[in-house]
Amino acid sequence: MTIETPVATPQPVWTRRHVIDSMSLTIPEVEEVLHTAKTFSEVLSRPIKKVPTLRGKVIANMFYENSTRTRTSFELAGKYLSADTINFSVSTSSVKKGESLIDTAQTLLAMGTDALVIRHSSSGICKQLAEFFGERLCILNAGDGRHDHPTQGLLDLYSIRERIPEIQGKRIVIVGDVAHSRVARSNIHLLHLFGADVHVVAPATLMPIGIERLGCTVHHHLDEALEGADVVMCLRLQLERQKSGLIPSLGEYHHLYAITQERLKRLCKPDVLIMHPGPMNRGVEIASDVADDPTLSIITNQVTSGVAIRMALLYLVLSTPTERGDAIDAA
Amino acid sequence: MPHNETKTILLKGGRVLNPATGCDQVMDVLIEGEQIKALGEDIPASQAETVIQLTPDQWVTPGLVDIHVHFRDPGRPDKETTASGAAAAVAGGFTSVCIMPNTTPTIDDLATLEYVNQAAKTQTKINIHAVAAATKNLAGEELTEIGSLYENGAVAFTDDGHCLMNANLMRLALEYATMFNAPVVCHAEDMNLSKEGCMNEGYYSTLLGLPGIPNIAESVIVGRDIELARMTGGHVHFAHVSTRESVDLIRRAKAEGVKVSGETTPHYLTLTDAEIQRYDTHFKMNPPLRSESDRQALIEGLLDGTIEAIATDHAPHTPDEKALEFDKAPNGVVGLETSLGVVLTHLVHTGVLTPLKMVEVMSTRPAQLMRIPAGVLEPGARADITVIDPKAEWEVDPTQFKSKSRNTPFKGMPLKGRPEMVFAAGECLLDASNRLKQPSLL
Repeated sequence: MTIETPVATPQPVWTRRHVIDSMSLTIPEVEEVLHTAKTFSEVLSRPIKKVPTLRGKVIANMFYENSTRTRTSFELAGKYLSADTINFSVSTSSVKKGESLIDTAQTLLAMGTDALVIRHSSSGICKQLAEFFGERLCILNAGDGRHDHPTQGLLDLYSIRERIPEIQGKRIVIVGDVAHSRVARSNIHLLHLFGADVHVVAPATLMPIGIERLGCTVHHHLDEALEGADVVMCLRLQLERQKSGLIPSLGEYHHLYAITQERLKRLCKPDVLIMHPGPMNRGVEIASDVADDPTLSIITNQVTSGVAIRMALLYLVLSTPTERGDAIDAA
Repeated sequence: MPHNETKTILLKGGRVLNPATGCDQVMDVLIEGEQIKALGEDIPASQAETVIQLTPDQWVTPGLVDIHVHFRDPGRPDKETTASGAAAAVAGGFTSVCIMPNTTPTIDDLATLEYVNQAAKTQTKINIHAVAAATKNLAGEELTEIGSLYENGAVAFTDDGHCLMNANLMRLALEYATMFNAPVVCHAEDMNLSKEGCMNEGYYSTLLGLPGIPNIAESVIVGRDIELARMTGGHVHFAHVSTRESVDLIRRAKAEGVKVSGETTPHYLTLTDAEIQRYDTHFKMNPPLRSESDRQALIEGLLDGTIEAIATDHAPHTPDEKALEFDKAPNGVVGLETSLGVVLTHLVHTGVLTPLKMVEVMSTRPAQLMRIPAGVLEPGARADITVIDPKAEWEVDPTQFKSKSRNTPFKGMPLKGRPEMVFAAGECLLDASNRLKQPSLL
């Protein structure tokens, strides 16, 4: 099996100023993102991890929800590209008015900000902002409510394709709280777009109505879903789900839905890949000896891919196709 | 606003739609002072000081009746006042409205009822009837003084927007209101099932990642209140019915002789949850826009008499309030100024409703349900009359609204049909083509 990127240099098609959702992305656009990320991933292995590509650009990270890895990933991605990055961390406790969010964005725009990276608990906020600002400001969705987390979906696809170059027909199983998961939605859209055989498994209380219409098969029993799996993707179980009555106990959840070595060996392909968007609840949705298994787990690869994917997206939205053509010619 | 100095007005040659008598024919209507003096096939022009010549393409109907509006008075004059709400009603062809009690303070005592009654009397010629709170401060704990409120003009009782989760209290309200033959209006929503939902639960809520409100959040309460109506003999009127399940339950209950009725809104009849894909909060209301199957069920219900009224649930909000994240924006849309155009365009011109049926569900029947004196054209009745031009083409432009608020889901929609003239107690409050100023050609 080759570890090289399977795609030939794709035709440049990217013209978007925003990255709002996964569903509207086309195959050529995704291929261009993955290819660009592949190019940038080389920068990450250099002793001096810096290229001048976005010198003079200003990127603001506005995180209205807690996040460590996505925020850090975006911040480093900007810095590796020589952009100036600033961080906003806003408490989630007080209700934030959309108007004041628009005002904050207006202020940042007035100060010369070129791109906003937004994490927010309200689904659709990035779409609303993109409609408001149009071409004036790039909006990148770093996770909005339960709606979408396109950079996560793209980095997951990138990570899978590093190991499985052609995912058409591969059985990819997403396990966990699908109802509240933007990661699940992003992955279903993108994996389905590339022809994977996507399965989702969760207790009925954590499975949203009509999810099969996004292009996946629904299961409630883990063993049935894992049968012959090529990739198993765990979702984080928010521990408050028990309090809201959606699951009876963490113990029961672990019993029915945890990814363990025993289950993997009994049901999945021998070279199955294990993924998790983090942060993990070890011993709840995933056993530690699975998460840390170097032959199966690509969880840390996901984190590394995340930086490359975000560098690619920042570059694509903050440059014009002409500029990119010149850069390629110069190289 | 044109002012009518004359005492007698003859509306000549229009198509008179009067569901109370089943009349749908070209007739003349003579107004004298505040009342209708006569209806006839050829009333001589000499009998009137002013003659308004109409054509059979113009419909003369009893003034439209909207039994579910929020005028935010007292409490939120930035959203709406009695005067602006009444102006919006007139612009939409309505001469009678029933206002909901979720004002600040709530319409739950005689003092506040007196305030809204006075505001109505002094600020408008149209009829404004209060639907008073069923429990004090809409808190769902103690009954209001239903008897006294009724004697002072409240026509019905409701905790609209705050569905009575305590079934026993709903039983008591129903038993008590029934002594006065007053309906209890039910906003059917099981709060435990709707939780933090902000749109219809279904494929689109999954796609958009928004918390959903399932159909059963409405229908389990409809089912419960049907049983309470059956047991008490009281009249439960279901506000803004939005689901297929509710329509089925109401249909069955009516067939069994239970005293229940239901209304739905122009938006549930014409829009679905598929509209929300841009997270535009102008499509957010409670109950939420449902699926196409529900929309079809509401139309079937309207046609077979299960749903007896179209009401707007006119709910004004300021632009700042609506410019929020979808899950945090307030529920509600304005409707008075688009209702007639939307119903004509999407239900009458498409052949779903006959013109007579439209007038029945937008005037005659809702007035009967709330026991208010409106919805009929007959000698001696108050001269509340709407003349409709069903062919006038226009586009919904919220900046032109008489309402103080702009939160409509129909912005930019091309519509066909609008009110041409509105008379309330014989006074002309709307005259779109300045007919009163033009000398009669007769």
